Amino acid sequence: MADQPTQRGRVRPAPENFLTETDILAVKEGRRDFLRNALLTASATLAGGTAARAADGDPNILTLPAWTTSLGQPVAARPYGLPSQYEKGLQRRESPGLTRMPQVSVSFAPLQGLFGIITPSGLHFERHHQGWVDIDPSKHRLMVHGTDDGFLKQPKVYTVDDILRLPPVSRMHFIECGANTGMEWGNVAVPTVQYSHGMLSCSEFTGVPLRLILEDCGIDWKKAKYVLAEGADGSSMTRTIPIELVQSDEVLVAYGQNGEMLRPENGYPLRLVVPGVQGVSWVKWLRRIEVGDKPWATKDEAIHYIDLMPDGQHRQYTSVQECKSVITTPSGGQILLDKGFYNISGLAWSGRGKIKRVDVSTDGGINWRPARIEGPVNSKCLTRFNIDWVWDGKPAILQSRAMDETGYVQPGYGQLRAVRGSKSIYHNNAIQSWKVTEGGEVSNVQVL
Amino acid sequence: MSRFSKASLSGALVLAFATLAGGTALADGKYSGVGRPATRAEIHAWDIDVRPDFKGLRPGSGSVDQGQEVWEAKCASCHGSFGESNEVHTPLIGGTTKDDIKTGHVLSLVKGDAPQRSAIMKVATVSTLFDYINRAMPLTAPKSLSNDEVYGLVAYLLNLAEIVPADFVLNEKNIAEAQARMPNRNGMSTDHGMWPGAPASKGGIGNGGKPDVKNTACMSNCKTEVKVASLLPVYAETAHGNLAEQNRAVGPVRGKDTSGKAVTVAAAPAPLSENAAAAKLANDSGCMACHGVANKIVGPGYNEVVAKYKGQADAEAKLVAKVKAGGQGVWGAIPMPPQGHLKDGDIRSLVKWILSGAKAQ
Ligand code: HEC
Ligand code: HEC
Repeated sequence: MADQPTQRGRVRPAPENFLTETDILAVKEGRRDFLRNALLTASATLAGGTAARAADGDPNILTLPAWTTSLGQPVAARPYGLPSQYEKGLQRRESPGLTRMPQVSVSFAPLQGLFGIITPSGLHFERHHQGWVDIDPSKHRLMVHGTDDGFLKQPKVYTVDDILRLPPVSRMHFIECGANTGMEWGNVAVPTVQYSHGMLSCSEFTGVPLRLILEDCGIDWKKAKYVLAEGADGSSMTRTIPIELVQSDEVLVAYGQNGEMLRPENGYPLRLVVPGVQGVSWVKWLRRIEVGDKPWATKDEAIHYIDLMPDGQHRQYTSVQECKSVITTPSGGQILLDKGFYNISGLAWSGRGKIKRVDVSTDGGINWRPARIEGPVNSKCLTRFNIDWVWDGKPAILQSRAMDETGYVQPGYGQLRAVRGSKSIYHNNAIQSWKVTEGGEVSNVQVL
Repeated sequence: MSRFSKASLSGALVLAFATLAGGTALADGKYSGVGRPATRAEIHAWDIDVRPDFKGLRPGSGSVDQGQEVWEAKCASCHGSFGESNEVHTPLIGGTTKDDIKTGHVLSLVKGDAPQRSAIMKVATVSTLFDYINRAMPLTAPKSLSNDEVYGLVAYLLNLAEIVPADFVLNEKNIAEAQARMPNRNGMSTDHGMWPGAPASKGGIGNGGKPDVKNTACMSNCKTEVKVASLLPVYAETAHGNLAEQNRAVGPVRGKDTSGKAVTVAAAPAPLSENAAAAKLANDSGCMACHGVANKIVGPGYNEVVAKYKGQADAEAKLVAKVKAGGQGVWGAIPMPPQGHLKDGDIRSLVKWILSGAKAQ
């Protein structure tokens, strides 16, 4: 890419299907000049111009395109806006074979193409246990009561009108499924960051602190030890939440997500927000809060979402999502188009507070450099990091390692497995490695 | 507040409201007028959870035989006749022994040789089975079972795992006996740092947040060699569709083509149908800014144009000329600007398309 006349080719980098078999071979052999040839062919073919014409400059500049020479679309042509037609690649997807019924399944967020920290609501990952429902908000109720009479002065029923009347807060938090990266406990299993880490999303949530609602019911804070949250869908998902987290004001009865109401797939009209805790506790379609003094050992805290340890014991009530990070680009299944400058970008988060630091290695963990942390840095929220990298065309292994404000450092696979074995399914927060070959292909590997 | 919205409140609720709240409780709180007292009947209708100490369990009974009958009718299709099926979900039953029932700890979990973990190998609390079946099963008709049917189903599952005998009739009193024989009742540990509430030492759960795995933030020469323990299996790469289509087509990287198809030079896009091409041309030429297919915008809707010129043989030629030159007066005082910048052939295609109903495909 050194000669001047072909530099502009970077304006139209070669997609895979512009490469001939010979070009592919060239990549495999690690030759970098393939790109220049491919690009010349590509731009000549596409612009319909001659090679001589291309020498005058980029046909995309020399010939004005239709969008510059015509009237555009009217306002509100799409009353609820949609992404560009060129962004179709970035969608939430199922991992084939992972589950057997699409209603009892997962779809993963396309982290490989997202910027910043907020997940567009339509790309938020999904995990449903008995299908998703779209509830008529005028018929939805939130009931708050105690296991016995003594926990609350007055058990109450709230309509969605009522909840929207109470003083709200808006906060940004990540939500990660406890089983995120679960397929990778034993070995590499999936090709891209979408499938390895995509049960992760981050939104600005608007809602009412649950503390406030419990106080409105006259809660006896001395008696109360736990609350049970329950959904209104067929599964009526239930999870035990510690009262201390409610008292800290962090737990929200949320209705807003990124400025609009929650999407039905995310619990419209009400969901619980439990910052720092695995997604299964963020009960969707929330219909009931029960205040009690003992945990409930519900199906998703007694049969699933329990972590098998090497000694054969299952850890029960593991809820916190510990500090973790991942490079989202370049990442598995991608191809670097050329040698030279790259911005390595990724996400870091911790269920115990704010991200303090992220280090990045390009040599498989021998040497590390601190990455730039992009603001805002919020507690229990995704944090974006970036770092400059000039790729010399040689093999590399990219890793990121996050540290949170408690000083906890994200572990490597060797360290994690030494304590927890490889069968626990949940809470895999190991350092992720992406191998880069000479041909620029990036793939998922595990480094001890 | 729902009190004032007649649409959303039934007469019955208004009555309940008046009886229970007497209208005064609401005015007392800080958030006066928000929410209303829950009635006993409402709490009874929703408060169906059952705790490990059987708090919440409603009296009733069901025999293994009764359970089997319901099981065959409503559960076996997905879980198999003996709860062994792996078709729709992981097995419910299997992998436990008489010895496990004695020790309360499933041995194959300790030995680590179980090929698969069934629900009964994991669950420590029989209340969990009752609570979950009652709230969520069968999958397509949750909450359709009677209380006694749930007792019977739990009895049947416990019998399959040899926890209770074939003539057992489970009820709210003897369920504790079944609990005492659950094969993995001693298999749970809460000694970890991942509970975000009070620790066990203060009446809660866990060790108060102490992490079990430790790393340090070493910066240079952290190890002498890089050991790659696992690579992506080839089948896993291609099992997830074409990765080229799962990445943005612009930027510093592209998705790898894993379609398995021969790589072709500049794959041509599929040709558009005649209607689709005309619709695109109308869009690109700005016609749609002033005309709707089925509605007037600035100019008439194409449906109106079709209706007006129906059966007129010279309509096409006339309209081609009109579009090219522009004009006003046929549909009102607003003029259509001349569209002479378009090729004659394109204008003709557009008019033909409009007169044929302006179909998208
Ligand atoms: C249409 C298929 C289907 C039918 C019919 C069905 N189930 Fe299920 N069952 C499932 C699925 C799927 C799950 C897992 C749900 C989840 O992941 O949250 C499940 C979970 C369970 C579980 C919890 C165990 C575990 O590992 O999650 C029990 C117990 C259970 N079913 C019992 C029953 C009983 C009793 C019936 C009949 C009354 C029944 N099921 C009917 C599909 C079915
Ligand atoms: C700036 C707005 C505008 C644009 C752009 C526009 N039109 Fe029109 N069009 C009008 C108006 C206004 C009339 C009604 C003229 C009249 O009353 O005689 C009209 C009328 C027509 C008619 C019916 C003519 C008749 O005499 O009955 C046709 C057919 C038509 N337009 C096609 C097109 C096509 C094809 C294009 C794109 C190449 C186009 N228009 C672009 C505003 C527009």
